[in-house]
Amino acid sequence: MSTVATVPEGTVHPYALSHLDSLESEAVHIFREVAGEFERPVILFSGGKDSILMLHLALKAFAPAPVPFTLLHVDTGHNFPEVLEYRDRTVAEHGLRLHVASVQEYIDAGKLRERPDGTRNPLQTVPLTEAIQQHRFDAVFGGGRRDEEKARAKERVFSLRDEFSQWDPRRQRPELWQLYNGRHAPGEHVRVFPISNWTELDVWQYIEREGIELPGIYFAHEREVFNRSGMWLTAGDWGGPKEHEKVETRQVRYRTVGDMSCTGAVDSDATTLDDVITEIAASRLTERGATRADDKMSEAAMEDRKREGYF
Amino acid sequence: MTASVQPAEQSAATTLLRFATAGSVDDGKSTLVGRLLHDSKSVLTDQLEAVALASTNRGQEAPDLALLTDGLRAEREQGITIDVAYRYFATPRRRFILADTPGHVQYTRNMVTGASTAELAVVLVDARNGVVEQTRRHAAVAALLRVPHVVLAVNKMDLVEYAEPVFAAIAEEFTAYAASLGVPEITAIPISALAGDNVVEPSAHMDWYGGPTVLEHLETVPVSHDLTECHARFPVQYVIRPQTAEHPDYRGYAGQIAAGVFRVGETVSVLPSGRTTTIEGIDALGESVGVAWAPQSVTIRLADDIDVSRGDLLAPADDAPAVTQDVEATVCHVADRPLAVGQRVLLKHTTRTVKAIVKDIPSRLTLDDLSQHPAPGQLVANDIGRVVVRTAEPLALDAYAASRRTGSFLLIDPADGTTLTAGMAGASFAAVTAGAAEAAGTAADDAEWDF
Ligand SMILES: Nc1nc2c(ncn2[C@@H]2O[C@H](COP(=O)(O)OP(=O)(O)OP(=O)(O)O)[C@@H](O)[C@H]2O)c(=O)[nH]1
Ligand SMILES: [Mg+2]
Repeated sequence: MSTVATVPEGTVHPYALSHLDSLESEAVHIFREVAGEFERPVILFSGGKDSILMLHLALKAFAPAPVPFTLLHVDTGHNFPEVLEYRDRTVAEHGLRLHVASVQEYIDAGKLRERPDGTRNPLQTVPLTEAIQQHRFDAVFGGGRRDEEKARAKERVFSLRDEFSQWDPRRQRPELWQLYNGRHAPGEHVRVFPISNWTELDVWQYIEREGIELPGIYFAHEREVFNRSGMWLTAGDWGGPKEHEKVETRQVRYRTVGDMSCTGAVDSDATTLDDVITEIAASRLTERGATRADDKMSEAAMEDRKREGYF
Repeated sequence: MTASVQPAEQSAATTLLRFATAGSVDDGKSTLVGRLLHDSKSVLTDQLEAVALASTNRGQEAPDLALLTDGLRAEREQGITIDVAYRYFATPRRRFILADTPGHVQYTRNMVTGASTAELAVVLVDARNGVVEQTRRHAAVAALLRVPHVVLAVNKMDLVEYAEPVFAAIAEEFTAYAASLGVPEITAIPISALAGDNVVEPSAHMDWYGGPTVLEHLETVPVSHDLTECHARFPVQYVIRPQTAEHPDYRGYAGQIAAGVFRVGETVSVLPSGRTTTIEGIDALGESVGVAWAPQSVTIRLADDIDVSRGDLLAPADDAPAVTQDVEATVCHVADRPLAVGQRVLLKHTTRTVKAIVKDIPSRLTLDDLSQHPAPGQLVANDIGRVVVRTAEPLALDAYAASRRTGSFLLIDPADGTTLTAGMAGASFAAVTAGAAEAAGTAADDAEWDF
């Protein structure tokens, strides 16, 4: 009535690929598809580990030729100085071209208003969309991973956006095999997520394997922080701490790096890559659960932001 | 997130299995996935808290594990899955990429999306309802896509008093249907996704079942390395020509090996032109290698300076596919607008997109008895049918059965880029070998064609 597969254990096939090699190959394939089919692709580069990983993969995909893409950073004005320093050093080292869309300029020009809670993450969408329109980017690489969040888990590798950058999760294109359909009307663009299938642990294991350098804030260090809604935020002139919030020095590290106003640090003594990998493998919290205030706003916070054109 | 049961044992060199759920609406796919993630300790505290809170807000007593994957607002409001959710988990034995697909007929295209890259499909059936039309549709899609392994999970056994005859009858009916689709092997497992029976832990209610749990099966099913035993195929994605002082003459052809193995020194044909040359070098993302295999992304350097560009295919000179402008294929129609005879479309095959015209739609498949309804004139959403297409330029096309990657294609609406159909060149289903209906589990002979 039914057959059950019996498997010889421990047989290693001569042509097997490790899971990191499979993920790497898939990402490289995606980068090359975009290079082959689009006119003006751009990589969203924040200096966070996921965008650093993307850039590393892109460099490998086209070596020994240079990366055929420019970079775009949406600068919230509340970025960690260590990360901005890393960004500029990386751009110089690889002879890349960087575009910066500045949230601060939008606020100064009165085109965006500061939110009462001071977080600037949701404010990135308009500068991002306008930069895409202004430079006529047709493919925009994002470092989003499906394991990060339940709305991201639903997104295609090639995600079509209208001229307002909006995502309609109910009308996604079928995505069959590895045949990515990037056709779009003028004014529309495609968000491309080459590391969709990577988990946080995969990212770290690969960073270790490849010896990729990261900004220091990913490793445990002493930092002046204060507690807001259960998260350790960095004290700074972006708007914290408030009067009742007590600043203390703690040994922390960042699991994700975004806007200072909504990215929390975690208590940690992981000073090396090995330590970090051990810490993540044992963690009982997701990286966003541990560190992101913006996702805690409501059950569908990420979906709503993505619909509006967020990363 | 992938925090496994024993993180220390997780090595970076474990194998990867991609699998998808399938089956009719409400048969328990998302609940099974939630249970699998939960019982393998792959759900982290904050995710579980969020699910518990969302369930309470909806007036449910216990945490609804389906909410672990039903992440969209509309899905939670309606209690159904609309689009594929991808989840990742690992055990000390293996890593998994899991696609939870929707059962609703309206979203079949999303099921096709999830199944197209899967190496294994778990087809769920509600023990109370048995095999229904949507079970048949999904089984047919899995068979067409040639998903290498199919598991039947007879779910909600708790609602039929864990009775063996119920399981046996469904397993028999499904296995016979699958055999007529040419599916070589079915593993049938009785489960309760809600209660957790035979998902990760063996059931305490079904002594009569001695087979593996769902997770045990997923952990031990052989990951197909068949890819490297297939005819070698390399679609060129991009030409790398640095023209820098350091690399003035470097010219490499970048791509992902679609199937088989390539070696330095090998004589290859460039298709569709048919010119031959020799592989001079293979650069595998940073190191030069003598041999490379599917699905590695590499850059191939050729001995002769011949015209090669994106859309060309490299294949061993003595094992190259025929080049054709006439494509006969089975398609799953995935768009809301129909596909009609005479329609002008774009055909996207590997790295090549060409103009094409639909010459004929000889038949549409009737799911109940798998008979062919002749000359339907057009295909509408969720139809499976045969098409004949004429392309404006020659394609180096394999039969899908021989090579998933170089035998598959999309038809695209040139007006707005909508993906119309998923196409599979050659015969639809693997041939049914004599006696397969009685002795399901015998591998069907792929060399035979039933069209
Ligand atoms: N009693 C019982 N109920 C179950 C079992 N598995 C799932 N259910 C219930 O069946 C209903 C549908 O479950 P889902 O997991 O959402 O079904 P699905 O197959 O994912 O549905 P779609 O994705 O919309 O096709 C829910 O109310 C579940 O709680 C089971 O093993 N036993
Ligand atoms: Mg579901």
